Amino acid sequence: MAKIKGAIVVDVEKCKGCEVCVISCPTHVISMTKDVNGKGYHYAYMENSDACTGCTNCAIVCPDGVISVYKIKVDA
Amino acid sequence: MQISTKDIIKPENLVYTKTKLLTDTPLSYCPGCGHGTANRIVMEVLDEMGVQDKTIGIAPVGCSVLAYNFMNVDMIQAAHGRAPAVATAVKRVFPDKFVFTYQGDGDLAAIGTAETIHACNRGENITIIFVNNGIYGMTGGQMAPTTLPNMKSSTSPYGRDVEIMGHPLRITELVAQLPGTYFVSRQAVHTPAAVRKAKKAVRKAFENQKLNKGLSFVEIVSNCNSGWKMTPNDSNKWMEENMFPAYPLGDIKVPKDENI
Amino acid sequence: MKELKLMKGNEAFAEGTIRAGADAYFGYPITPQSEVLEYLMAVRPYETTGMVVLQAESEIAAINMVYGGASCGKRVLTSSSSPGISLKQEGISYLAGAELPCIILNVVRGGPGLGTIQPSQSDYFQSVKGGGHGDYKCIVLAPSSVQEMYDFPKLGFELAFKYRNPVLILSDGIIGQMMEKVYLDEPTPRWSEEEVIKNSPWATTGKVVDRERNIITSLILEASIQEKHVIKLYEKYKVIEENEIRYETFQCEDAEYLFVAYGSSARICQKAVQILREKGIKAGLLRPITLLPYPKKAINDLSKQIKSIVVVEMSMGQMVEDVMLAVECKIPVNHYGRTGGVIPSPKEVADFMMQKIKGE
Ligand SMILES: Cc1ncc(C[n+]2csc(CCOP(=O)(O)OP(=O)(O)O)c2C)c(N)n1
Ligand code: SF4
Ligand code: SF4
Repeated sequence: MAKIKGAIVVDVEKCKGCEVCVISCPTHVISMTKDVNGKGYHYAYMENSDACTGCTNCAIVCPDGVISVYKIKVDA
Repeated sequence: MQISTKDIIKPENLVYTKTKLLTDTPLSYCPGCGHGTANRIVMEVLDEMGVQDKTIGIAPVGCSVLAYNFMNVDMIQAAHGRAPAVATAVKRVFPDKFVFTYQGDGDLAAIGTAETIHACNRGENITIIFVNNGIYGMTGGQMAPTTLPNMKSSTSPYGRDVEIMGHPLRITELVAQLPGTYFVSRQAVHTPAAVRKAKKAVRKAFENQKLNKGLSFVEIVSNCNSGWKMTPNDSNKWMEENMFPAYPLGDIKVPKDENI
Repeated sequence: MKELKLMKGNEAFAEGTIRAGADAYFGYPITPQSEVLEYLMAVRPYETTGMVVLQAESEIAAINMVYGGASCGKRVLTSSSSPGISLKQEGISYLAGAELPCIILNVVRGGPGLGTIQPSQSDYFQSVKGGGHGDYKCIVLAPSSVQEMYDFPKLGFELAFKYRNPVLILSDGIIGQMMEKVYLDEPTPRWSEEEVIKNSPWATTGKVVDRERNIITSLILEASIQEKHVIKLYEKYKVIEENEIRYETFQCEDAEYLFVAYGSSARICQKAVQILREKGIKAGLLRPITLLPYPKKAINDLSKQIKSIVVVEMSMGQMVEDVMLAVECKIPVNHYGRTGGVIPSPKEVADFMMQKIKGE
């Protein structure tokens, strides 16, 4: 059976730490870092990367458009 | 088979990234502000339609005054409230271009009410994107014509008393009454589903312009977490609970020929 | 071949805009200039040259339409009269700040407030000392005949595009309403889109791949950059002052007494010069055609041969200040003004000068 696997890349320096992506992810992939970026914001990262399905939800709600989404089909 | 993140993040697997019709300049909006998403969906639509070289956008006075730094199309910055007048002329001298205004609620529904109504009433063949956050964001959270009853702002510190300060203005319903508007819709951009719907409405608005149908007006009810003094996620929740009952989402005026 | 026609000033102006290759006119009715919009609506240039004519919902909308059309590199204009011009001031300031070429016609009526619909020249300060907010200047042309009402749209567009600057045509109710014969020249065609792009590469015409996007704005948040921008504007105004001063003299060669007057007052003074000459008084007239830049040097040069000056204006005394500055206190400068819509007669103007001469 084919399985979809996804991953996101956050443009760390442009993330403003608003956390809108965090609650928009249906599989709870995203958390905020303890560190801050150059602007002083905690930034989003994939804490639970295995669960990412590449649905793009986080990316399309990110007000700053800083998330890129990748997706592949894996034959299990 | 075990597959690592590194194997997934390859150019050929890219399914979503910021449109190139947004510049690389970091947006000036506050963290979590809906303006950013609204800017982006407009640019995504224009990118998908392939009309960058034919588009002229009009930025307002308000938090989106610097939209011209982000939107990678030719842009004009208009005086406060006058974007519909500016757009009217641009479209009239360049009937083949795609012309849009992007305006806040103070800009469009207070100081620019006359320009808004008359551009709508003339049926100018333009697209108006109206971001309603119920407040004057840029100047620091003063009351807007759209501020809800009892809602606090810096110029209604005890809440908007409608007896003294008037009622929230639903200008979108108002312009929908005018024969010149072809398509009028109210949307939001705070959840993935809302963004997808809003983008469809924006797309329709520009497609209408391509077909010379008259004025398309898309309101986007948005948060102003700074002005409302909430976290972004709280402000979106507050918006659902308080703004949406006053400003219900959905199409308000749909062209007859599409109303099957 | 030139065509000769009897026309009202406002109509001549309207015809002049069509023949100057204007792309769009945006206006709002107000006496005494409504004939401009009426003429254009009757002639319907949108069916011949393609010129857009639109009655806006207000003067504010009209000037912002001008801002939009000018941003696109098009030859656009508006007209109004005093109260309407007051409403346009924010827009004019934006146009100047964003360096946009355009023409604004003011057919002045008496003020302040709703004032009177009778002719006046009381908007001089508003026109040359600012009007809107901020450090800026418009080029200001003052027609004194119906012929100049016809000619100035073409000249105005030339100057506006040469310097990327708004041009204000400061007329008055007399010039706007009176009829005179006018020579109409061959129409200048409107620019094609290619010509617009070539003439105004800065304009918002749609971002094509081989150029950066064009942005029209007057917003510069950084103080030091805003200062640089304003200094650049003032360098431009200096060049305009060096190249574009226009004025006319009448019987100045041997003059001992000088009238300085613009627009319809200049016509009155021309008659007054004749009256005085018949009495043996060597009077002359200098008529500024550009009120900004102002013919300071010409007035200063004349002041060496002149004993005193009378400035005649239909106002309580506005341009007189610039004449005083020009003569640097070398000779007396007197002011004769009627206001509120009252038009002085050549005789009363001549009598005033006589009185001043005798009083010396
Ligand atoms: C003529 C004029 N009046 C007032 C202002 C000040 N001003 C700037 S932005 C703004 C309000 C903008 O609010 P809104 O349109 O709701 O946009 P937002 O900032 O909330 O996105 C005001 C009053 C101005 N720039 N120009
Ligand atoms: S939505 Fe965007 S800006 Fe906000 S935290 Fe997530 S990645 Fe960062
Ligand atoms: S002040 Fe409000 S509207 Fe303006 S950018 Fe911030 S959150 Fe957005």
